[in-house]
Amino acid sequence: MELTGKQKIWEKYQKEIPSDSYYYARSCIRQNFWPGSENTFIKILREELGKDIKDEAHHTTCTGIAYHSDVVPLETTMTVVARQFSLMSESGYEHFVPSCITSFGLYTEILETWHEHPEIEQTIRNFLKESTGRTFEKPKFLIHPSDVIYSLRYEILKKARYRLINIETGRPLQCVEHIGCHYAKMFPDAGVGGAEFPHVLAGMVEAWGGEVIDYPERRSCCGFGFRQYLVQANRGYSIANTKRKFESMEPYKPDLIVTNCPGCPYFLDRWQYVISEMEGKIYGGDGYGIPALTYEELAGLVLGYNPWELGLQMHQVSVEPLLRKMGFLYDPADKYVVGNQIIQDRPDHPDVLKVL
Amino acid sequence: MNFVCNTDMTERLKKKVLIIGAGIAGLEAAVQLMNLNYDVEVIEKENFYGGHVKQWFKTFPDFQDTKPLIDLIAGKPDNLNIHFGSVPGFAEEQNGIFHVITDKNLHIHADAVLISTGFELFDAHRKEEYGYGIFNHVITNADLESFFQNGFPETGKLSLRFGFIHCVGSRDAKAGNLYCSKVCCATAVKQAIEVRQHFPDSEVYCFYMDMRMFGKQYEELFQQAQEKYGIHFVRARLSEVNQNFDQSLLIKVEDTLTSKPMKMSLDYIVLMSGMEPSVSSQSIATLFGIALDNEGFIKVSKPFIAENITEKKGLFVAGTATGPKTITETLNDARSAALAVHQYLNSK
Amino acid sequence: MSDKKFGFSIHSDRQHNLDLADKRLYRKIALMEPSLQRCIFCGGCASTCTASAFTQMSFRLISLHLRRGNLKEVKSYASKCMLCGKCTMVCPRDINIRHVIVLLKKEFSGNEF
Repeated sequence: MELTGKQKIWEKYQKEIPSDSYYYARSCIRQNFWPGSENTFIKILREELGKDIKDEAHHTTCTGIAYHSDVVPLETTMTVVARQFSLMSESGYEHFVPSCITSFGLYTEILETWHEHPEIEQTIRNFLKESTGRTFEKPKFLIHPSDVIYSLRYEILKKARYRLINIETGRPLQCVEHIGCHYAKMFPDAGVGGAEFPHVLAGMVEAWGGEVIDYPERRSCCGFGFRQYLVQANRGYSIANTKRKFESMEPYKPDLIVTNCPGCPYFLDRWQYVISEMEGKIYGGDGYGIPALTYEELAGLVLGYNPWELGLQMHQVSVEPLLRKMGFLYDPADKYVVGNQIIQDRPDHPDVLKVL
Repeated sequence: MNFVCNTDMTERLKKKVLIIGAGIAGLEAAVQLMNLNYDVEVIEKENFYGGHVKQWFKTFPDFQDTKPLIDLIAGKPDNLNIHFGSVPGFAEEQNGIFHVITDKNLHIHADAVLISTGFELFDAHRKEEYGYGIFNHVITNADLESFFQNGFPETGKLSLRFGFIHCVGSRDAKAGNLYCSKVCCATAVKQAIEVRQHFPDSEVYCFYMDMRMFGKQYEELFQQAQEKYGIHFVRARLSEVNQNFDQSLLIKVEDTLTSKPMKMSLDYIVLMSGMEPSVSSQSIATLFGIALDNEGFIKVSKPFIAENITEKKGLFVAGTATGPKTITETLNDARSAALAVHQYLNSK
Repeated sequence: MSDKKFGFSIHSDRQHNLDLADKRLYRKIALMEPSLQRCIFCGGCASTCTASAFTQMSFRLISLHLRRGNLKEVKSYASKCMLCGKCTMVCPRDINIRHVIVLLKKEFSGNEF
């Protein structure tokens, strides 16, 4: 594969990413799936890099899931988003950083809609005023936190305690990077590197010593969607999409998967368990599967944070084999410690997937 | 702006025509005009004549070698007054005389000017999803002609699978060109046959939206491609190109006639890049102050009856500078332009 | 594998993998009736077909499915043909369609050549 072609595309799709003063809007579901990730993002920005980041307490869900499931009308969603922007301006910030990638896509879509149809923007301003008495300013920059980490990846590298290198073989870790569909597929200019070969996660992996795997289903959706998987009977459709990706990446023997969406790592992590139970198939890791991380967790590992404070014990696929490959020093006993207490109960072991 | 004339106008016996572009249109027009006893001067930006046809291996539908064909058109090339490696840098018209200065500082005064600056191929890099310049063995129709002329790179495989992708950069709103480039379907069939001749163990697929086999013997060539050479034609549009673990290329299409998504592995993908208005045509149009049509080609005065005449008196146009054409059509157009120039100069 | 009930099952992939298509029957038929290779799937045959008015018969689809290796579909369609010959009369590419059907029927009834 000729890298120069991809580099030309990355040069074409460059995005201006502000270097400070971030207004952080947390995700509704991401905090439940990956409780350590958002705190890690704030910690890295504040404590490691001395950035100003506002962790807003008063915001709500952006209603993106509801919009994508046809449960909430678009006008309502736009008004909720307008309130989010209003909170941002009220706090004195102009750089809006939504944690979830669906939110990012939704905000991008709404801003584009208002840009092309100013009359809709005016309607929403009226709605917000009538319902809450608020006014709002549109953010000067709308960026995703993975864009921020991408722009700061070399700063993180300077403080890195570990690299993405397999200490047993000396070779870079083989990484699958999976980007949420709403990042750049709708508006290629909104993503670093465009829609076909996005660079936002690849750049992180490469900067930190890893190697990105280019496998045929790299650009495919993991199948999260919203509407189809909310109903249990429909989940066969979602899992089939993720399975297709696993089948495609298997020959490349990935050491890890890194993602920047709430739902994608959830699927890429949990479905390995379901597929193993349903079909007896495990996609790598000598029966332990392929760990699926968020980019904050990956950054945290590179910086040497305690994996259990990153929330890695919440992963279905055991992360310990990856830690061993990285030569990561950690205390296994800490895994089930909360505060000063050691939790005695342990999760049940799956029938097929090996776990630690 | 005043200019100095090298020769006294009354002393010139022959009227002079300046032709810009020595592709087959320019060559044909030059020969015709010389036969009509005009003084013809040609400027050409490359250091060879014959334009795109020279870089093509064989013609369709008859598989003629292009080199003898160009020689036939050009006649005795020494008789032609061609300035190679030159482009016009300045142009002005006053009292029916065109004064043109090339970038090599050559001054030409002409009674009429014929623009035959041709086309450019669509840059396949722009279709990012097709992987040109990203994956090995994704090539264009032009690259393939070059391989036929200069030899194929080693692949180490005995039986190769080729996939031809029609309509790359044409009939495509995302590429910015809505029009059909006309000749690519016939070219794809020709090249598919040439691949089968070159690699007898190969399997060749053509992925098309339509098969535009409009010209004389084109449909017969299509049938021969299917029956004699076993080439498979699939009505499907390529959505993306990826790379398999074994470095072969993986394509995703929809098999429209069975309404099912389909994928297959290929060793070579040939992108049929379409014709685009050349940058030379567009800059020359600006230089002479004439308009482009809404596809970016040089605008002609009237469809059907005045397709070699521009809005400027004494300024003519021939060949693919006005739009996609086959070789036959280009040569006919060049002769028609020569006649139009002749009629104009006769009436002066 | 476990016997856990998840309430759903993994959907099968309907994307056709042409790499795995079994084209042997197509090649065999094409050798015995070379005109079949000329087919452009115009659908002239299917539009005039007697059987297609009342059953799922379409020679265009037989021609396609043969090339895609979908032998189950080929067999199912071919069984509906009554050999009336209307398709062969209208084919613009002059394919001897009746002969192709006869060959297929022989193939599927177990009479090897």
